[in-house]
Order: sequence, then structure tokens, then C-alpha cells
Amino acid sequence: MIKKFKSFFNKVLPGLFKRKKGIKLGFYGPPNAGKTTLANRICMDWLGEEMGSASKVPHETREIKIKEKVEIEADGKKLSFNLIDTPGIATQIDYEDFLKHKISKTKAKKRAKEATKGVIEAIRWLDNVDCVVVVLDATKNPYSQVNITIIGNLAARDIPVLIVGNKTDLKSSNLKKIEAAFPQYDVIGISADKGKNIENFYKEVFKLVN
Amino acid sequence: MLSFQYLPHREYSSLEVDAKLKMIFKIVKKNKIVLMQGRLKPQEEAQLIEQTMGQITKKFSGISFCTILPEKQNGKKKQDSKVPTIMKNAFYNMFMKNRDTLTIIGPANLVKEIRKNPNRIDLMLD
Repeated sequence: MIKKFKSFFNKVLPGLFKRKKGIKLGFYGPPNAGKTTLANRICMDWLGEEMGSASKVPHETREIKIKEKVEIEADGKKLSFNLIDTPGIATQIDYEDFLKHKISKTKAKKRAKEATKGVIEAIRWLDNVDCVVVVLDATKNPYSQVNITIIGNLAARDIPVLIVGNKTDLKSSNLKKIEAAFPQYDVIGISADKGKNIENFYKEVFKLVN
Repeated sequence: MLSFQYLPHREYSSLEVDAKLKMIFKIVKKNKIVLMQGRLKPQEEAQLIEQTMGQITKKFSGISFCTILPEKQNGKKKQDSKVPTIMKNAFYNMFMKNRDTLTIIGPANLVKEIRKNPNRIDLMLD
């Protein structure tokens, strides 16, 4: 009987405290998939302010950004989240790639150096999140090793995952390809930039944490 | 001239993760492509990326890597856009005979060069 009580409290209490403190929802994915655009969309919807700057130049987010106590409502329920926007994970960073975006050599080198640190930080934060939204660019090939490594690591840590195929407002987007690449996961198509299908995205996030 | 080094499972399987990655980096830093029998665990892959980031310099811009699973396990071979398909298929068929998992890890600059000029691989296999 005592064992049953112990087991009940061990299972239920941490969940209750987690909800009170805020569920740590991480945004992971490759660079330029739209993690910050999505985090900004959520913050604008529920706080009326943005979280960070988004850019077409890869590795715009080069350090972890956290927005605490973001209260989201969906299906008549309300939950408090701590949003964790992470730098895009890459296996290579060449400062010369930034030069194509008309960035000076000095700034490109600085950006590359900061980006490498950002990737390391993002990987280390995998141990600190409760659940994760993996943001993928739906116009790109989903079978990349970075995507496979991110999702494999989340699975190995038993962290609930929702895959978002972003940029579905673009003609070249292909959500079915993402679904085929990761058939064991829930995949939702959105456009964080245009706000397309965001209501359903919130519902999926609630399903993820409940 | 492209250089490749085959890493059989028995050579790295008993090693700790740091030693495993050290072995991989030693080959990659010589501008060679690693053809590894089997695959790293997800956490080891994350550490591979983490350690790669810590070693990036003007000359070494990182790595490209992909894992090719046997068709019977995967249904469809996963296609990493970063690693040229011709390279993956050729070495997979040559070493694995479609039975085992193969991981290809190469220096990013070299893989980028192959992507620009895949005939280099063609010539070598002829």
C-alpha cells in the first residue's frame, strides 16, 4: 500500500510542479528552418512581444534564448511554458558562406565563431528540456543527418517530440516528404511567418505535453 | 586524389566515445573520408557534432556525414543532400553488400568539392 502511495506521488508531484514552474519547450532544428520565427509568433500571440530577431542569413540565433511564463490556451485549457529557442544545429560552419549575404569578412568570421559555440550550447541543452518542437523547413530535403541526429537524441532521452514542417505557404514545400521521413512522429505543417495553421499547432503542443 | 579509410566495427566498437571520435577526427583531419561499418549511437553523433564545432578553424570548416541503413531495415535508403548520392551508393554496395549499416564521414570542404564535381568519384571507381 505504502509502495503504491510512493509510486503515485513520485509520478504525480513532479508533473504538478513542472506545470506550475512552466513546461520547458525547446525549439530545435537546422539553421534557417524558422525556429525563431515560430517562437516569435507564439510570443506575439500570447505576450504581445517578440522573442528574438530572425533573418535570412543562417545562424542568426547564436545563443539560447528563453522566454519564461508564456501562458498558452487551447481547447479551453491553459498551460504555462518556458520557451527555449536554440541555435540551429549544423555539422559545418564556414565563414565564407556568410560572405554571400553581403556581410563583411570580420563580421562573418565573428558570426561563424559565435555560431559554433551556439551549436555546442544547443546540444548541451538537450538535457534541460521537457518536450521539443523540431522545426524543419518543408521546402528542403528532410533526410539530413542533422535532422536524424536531433530526433535520435530526443528519442534516446525519451523527450516528447512534435515535428513542424514550416514554410508551407511556399509552393515548393512538401509536408508528405517529412511525414515519410519520420513516420513514427506527429508532423504538422505551418507557416510561422504567415500564421498559417497556428491554432492547430497549439492543439498539437497540448497533446504533446498531456 | 581522394582518399578513403575503411573502419571496421571491431576496430572501434570497444572504445569509449572520446577515443572513437578521436579516431574519426584523426582520419578526417588528414582530408580523408571515413567509411565506417555500423553507426554511432545518437548521443555519440551529438558528441561528434559538438566536438566538430570545437575544432572549426579557417582551414577546417566541419564535417559532412550520413548513415546508410540496409534496405530491409529502412524500406528506403535515407538520402542526405549534403553527401553526394553517387558516393553513398557506390561505397555502400562495395563494402556492405546491402547487408549492414554504413556511416560516411568526411571533411566538409572535401565533400563540397565532390558535390561540385562528382566525376572525381566516377573516375576513381571506373
